[in-house]
Amino acid sequence: MTLFAELTIFVLAIFVGFEVISKVPTTLHTPLMSQTNAIHGIVMLGGLIVVGEANDGLEYVIGTIAIAFGAINIVGGFMVTDRMLGMFSRKPKPKADADGKGGS
Amino acid sequence: MPLALLAKGGDASTALYIVAFSLFIIGIKQGTHPTTAKRGNLIAAVGMAVAVVTTLLLDGIGNWGLIILGLAIGSAVGAYASVRVQMTEMPQMVALYNGVGGGAVALIAWSELRHGLNGIELEVLIPVLLAGVIGSVSFWGSNIAFAKLQDLIPTRPIAAPGQQVINGVLLLAIVVICVVLAVDHESPSQGLFILLLVLAAILGNLVVLPIGGADMPVVISLLNAFTGLSAAAAGFALDNVALIVAGTLVGSSGTILTLEMATAMNRSVANILFAGFGGAPSGGGGGTGEEKPHVSIGAQDAAIKLAYADSVVIVPGYGLAVAQAQHAIKEVADELEKRGVTVNYAIHPVAGRMPGHMNVLLAEADVPYEQLREMEDINPEMPRTGVAVVVGANDVTNPAAKNDPDSPIAGMPIIEVSEAQEVIVIKRSLSPGFAGIDNDLFYEPNTSMLFADAKAAAAEIASEIGNL
Repeated sequence: MTLFAELTIFVLAIFVGFEVISKVPTTLHTPLMSQTNAIHGIVMLGGLIVVGEANDGLEYVIGTIAIAFGAINIVGGFMVTDRMLGMFSRKPKPKADADGKGGS
Repeated sequence: MPLALLAKGGDASTALYIVAFSLFIIGIKQGTHPTTAKRGNLIAAVGMAVAVVTTLLLDGIGNWGLIILGLAIGSAVGAYASVRVQMTEMPQMVALYNGVGGGAVALIAWSELRHGLNGIELEVLIPVLLAGVIGSVSFWGSNIAFAKLQDLIPTRPIAAPGQQVINGVLLLAIVVICVVLAVDHESPSQGLFILLLVLAAILGNLVVLPIGGADMPVVISLLNAFTGLSAAAAGFALDNVALIVAGTLVGSSGTILTLEMATAMNRSVANILFAGFGGAPSGGGGGTGEEKPHVSIGAQDAAIKLAYADSVVIVPGYGLAVAQAQHAIKEVADELEKRGVTVNYAIHPVAGRMPGHMNVLLAEADVPYEQLREMEDINPEMPRTGVAVVVGANDVTNPAAKNDPDSPIAGMPIIEVSEAQEVIVIKRSLSPGFAGIDNDLFYEPNTSMLFADAKAAAAEIASEIGNL
């Protein structure tokens, strides 16, 4: 892809990001930050690509660490967001959560 | 499917990447509404799975042993940490995940540079330099933010004299090295690039160290946006459209979120980053030296005041999170509601260390969503409120923000608890909050101080109310 095609995509994506995010209730700020945080774990793709191009020991190490870091970012990010949002979905609550269940 | 289509930039892989980033956009969009947020997160995760699988199918992908090793270690660590983390520790968890993302970008940039040591096009080198610098700043900045929130290093601002000058010199040096590398792109020096990463790392440390705990949410949000941008830069270097779009989306959405948070604190982002707030509050109430008269009460008195009020508003702050008091507070609310007292929770936009932090915690304790009231919504009701209970909150209730134009927090919107008929503040001591300034609320005639750990005090109050 040409540089200018990529720049076009870049600029449009900036506006999409602005547009999509505005007017978020405060409640959802933390989960949303956590979710977008997981999305930038996409850098792991870069790790997958460079490890394939690696041709000495140092590059193997760099690439593997980059993949591991990216995977932490992705897996941890989405899971923790899911856990947070799970707190909001108010189903009947028979499950007695370990610490300090309601004093009724 | 013919393999040629899966070549880098091939039709099939590009099509799948388009599917992936469309799912990201839908996921983020749905993440902005309470009813769809959980689904939105899943949709984004599916998008990520599509992007990863697509990449694994590209030709040129090799060294499967290392790929599996990296994926296995990273997934295990990420999954373990996200299951074990306490809800109270969410801000530092986000900081840490953000940091590793930035670290990954810096490493990828380094690896790309090594492949171009015999000449690299500017069109690749420039994004590599950007990715390296921003990724490194983000990695180290996030780690410092994590360490501060985890209390591994003091949360108060730490600054050396002449800090701005040092930062400026570092930034200048970084720019100069980038220019030198770009001019010399026929054979860029790896040593210089590593120096670049190191200088960026030092800059990341120095920029975040002087920032006090209260401002940390804004900083984490900003670093989140930075990491997104660095991922986009890596996308330019690697010619990967999925990285460009996803990274840019996070960059721009993170910027919006950062501005919103800064606005809620009535401060500009530049002011937060460079002012080293909290060091010298100018005349805004002085230090912690003098003891002013205040009323101190015990749990039993508090229980009586609460039980005989018509309506109670609970104002939670970071102290509630630290003390893990959300369940105990819910018990107090339950006891009060049994007696017919109306209970609401007033949530300041920046209460805790991250917007929405209190909402997550209280939701964990099964507080009904309708009882969580936003600041603008609850403030007009304050004069009709019997008792306002401030639990581990400080700066967000400080009347100085309204009354004292010289206060460092002047103009910050606050929850107007002093308007309520009575105020009970549950707090360990009279010590100032993160902003490092005294809170006049504590010395007002209708305020009673209950000096205790929030969790213990709440539990005691709940049982006292039950005994009445």
